[in-house]
Amino acid sequence: MVRFIIRRLLLALITLAIILVVVTLIPNIAPGDPARKIAGGTASPERLAEVTESLGLDASVPEQLFDLARSVFTLDFGESFSVARGEPVMSLVWTALWNSFKLVLFSLIVMVPLSILGGLVTAYKKDTWIDRSIINTGLAFSAIPDFVAGVFLLAFLGVQFEFFKVQGAAPPGSGILTQLQHLLLPVIAVTMVYFGYIARVTRAGTITSLDSDYTRTAFMRGLSTSGVFRNHVARNALQPTVAVLGTQLGYLFGGMVALEVVFEYRGIGNLVIDAVEGSDYPVLRAGVLVVAIIYMLATLTADLVVAWMNPRARLALGDG
Amino acid sequence: MTAIDEPSGTDSGGADPVAASESSEPTGSDAATGPQAATRKQVRKEQRRVLFRSPGFIIGVVITGFWVVAAIAPGLLSSLGETDFSDAGARVSPGGDAWFGTDSVGNDVYARVIYGAGPILTVAPLATAIAIVVGTLLGLIMGYYRGWVDEIISRVIEAILSIPVILMAILVIFTFGDTTPVIIGTIAVLFVPAITRTIRSAAITESELDYVTSAKMRGESGFFIVTREILPNVTGLVVVEVTVRLGYAVFTYATLAFLGLVATDVAAANWGIDVAGNYTQIVRDVWWPSIFPALAIASLVIGVNLIADSIDKALKS
Repeated sequence: MVRFIIRRLLLALITLAIILVVVTLIPNIAPGDPARKIAGGTASPERLAEVTESLGLDASVPEQLFDLARSVFTLDFGESFSVARGEPVMSLVWTALWNSFKLVLFSLIVMVPLSILGGLVTAYKKDTWIDRSIINTGLAFSAIPDFVAGVFLLAFLGVQFEFFKVQGAAPPGSGILTQLQHLLLPVIAVTMVYFGYIARVTRAGTITSLDSDYTRTAFMRGLSTSGVFRNHVARNALQPTVAVLGTQLGYLFGGMVALEVVFEYRGIGNLVIDAVEGSDYPVLRAGVLVVAIIYMLATLTADLVVAWMNPRARLALGDG
Repeated sequence: MTAIDEPSGTDSGGADPVAASESSEPTGSDAATGPQAATRKQVRKEQRRVLFRSPGFIIGVVITGFWVVAAIAPGLLSSLGETDFSDAGARVSPGGDAWFGTDSVGNDVYARVIYGAGPILTVAPLATAIAIVVGTLLGLIMGYYRGWVDEIISRVIEAILSIPVILMAILVIFTFGDTTPVIIGTIAVLFVPAITRTIRSAAITESELDYVTSAKMRGESGFFIVTREILPNVTGLVVVEVTVRLGYAVFTYATLAFLGLVATDVAAANWGIDVAGNYTQIVRDVWWPSIFPALAIASLVIGVNLIADSIDKALKS
């Protein structure tokens, strides 16, 4: 297990290094002068120099890469260029991250048990109309872009019922229940998007697990259905679910950009959009990198959990 | 997604006993040898039959087909143009004068929904086509030759996949500009890693089979083996990837347009932009200028996904 953890950490570091190279290269390989494009054709030379510096393009590529690596490890991305001029980028990121965290946490609390239940039920009722209708509805919802789901919810719930709030953020100083009430519509949208996906993965894992010898043996030993599900099926069936949740966590933090815009919720997504509108590259880049780091930590955790649940999974990284 | 699907091809194949017995042949493996090459043709025919009879596929084709017609010849479906002012006036709710109502400018929402199919059905298929060609070739080459180049590219792919596509697209469009060629190129490049990964793992499985070994022993070139031996055996997977990625491309373009990251003529109809421009009026009960384009996006994505899902099921039947 220790060897597995070390190998897995090394892999994560390599991934991080590649992300840094890619992010450094993007403005460098952009055609023409990206600084001029961003600053606009009529920008003064001083403004142009400022934008060039904010892109990091005043230094050589290796220097840029080194600076970026230092930024990531010290969590210091310099000062904001225009979103909140002079503010440290990280203080903007932390505020947005905390808001995203609240949304993600509440979404997970609603979505994960619901999706796993859906997966278990559809697997148990495999090939019945219950199975088909749940899985097909889930698939249709997960195909729809998050902001489309959000706009539908605004029209069908937000406007019709006083209870649902059309803004994701509660007024400052509100209690936790009011905050949750405001988060409800975005959370329902996130659940709509993810339910079908996670339920399908859980369903597949459960079907494999139900068909296996250990499950048959457990049933033959005369255990109750719920006992078999709890002690034998769930442990094995949920491994793919855990792995998928790990890969989706980064997306939950950083992929819901348009949904955050619909509900005017000030998470990472909206911060990134503000950065684009204000041509604030340091903030934009920090937002993207922070999401990548979250994804890395989440997949790392998920892999370790799966390895703990199933020793055979450790073999994938050559841990004998 | 397909990799974690349950292996049992469930509902569709069982209807026809002939289909079931024929398609239970191990499709991918040792299919290239003499007598079984004919079987592969039969299997494909059976798969097509299953596909054309599946209700999901038919519904998907009807929905997608409607939007393709709208994109190619919007004039056939709407007498008003996207920027024409409706006689009904501005902000008229859906009804007799204007089916889908009119927006705050006075444009007919139905006309804008019909004309809005054009941009999304230009960008998404082009981006998908580029991504599929590059991703399939790269995946085949990596899966067949392996080695250290494959190791490095695989790591790069994993790294890029760790950033949400939409964030990466924002970063690229910010520095490269928001013109249509940049949008197409960005979506294409960002879809390559996922396609490459799928095709690569299929190519690795295929490379271990006897027909590849025998082709090697015949002294065939690597190029011949990759394009003439392995590629025909993964075409099913490529077709599934085309439809799945097309759905994602529609999704991604609509989202980028909604976020205002797509440059167009100010007045041109565009579903994502129209939703963005009108959704704030929902709270004032003016829902139609945003909900109808949103429904258009949803229906197109669901239509394409229905096709993708039915093809996937037919191939596994």
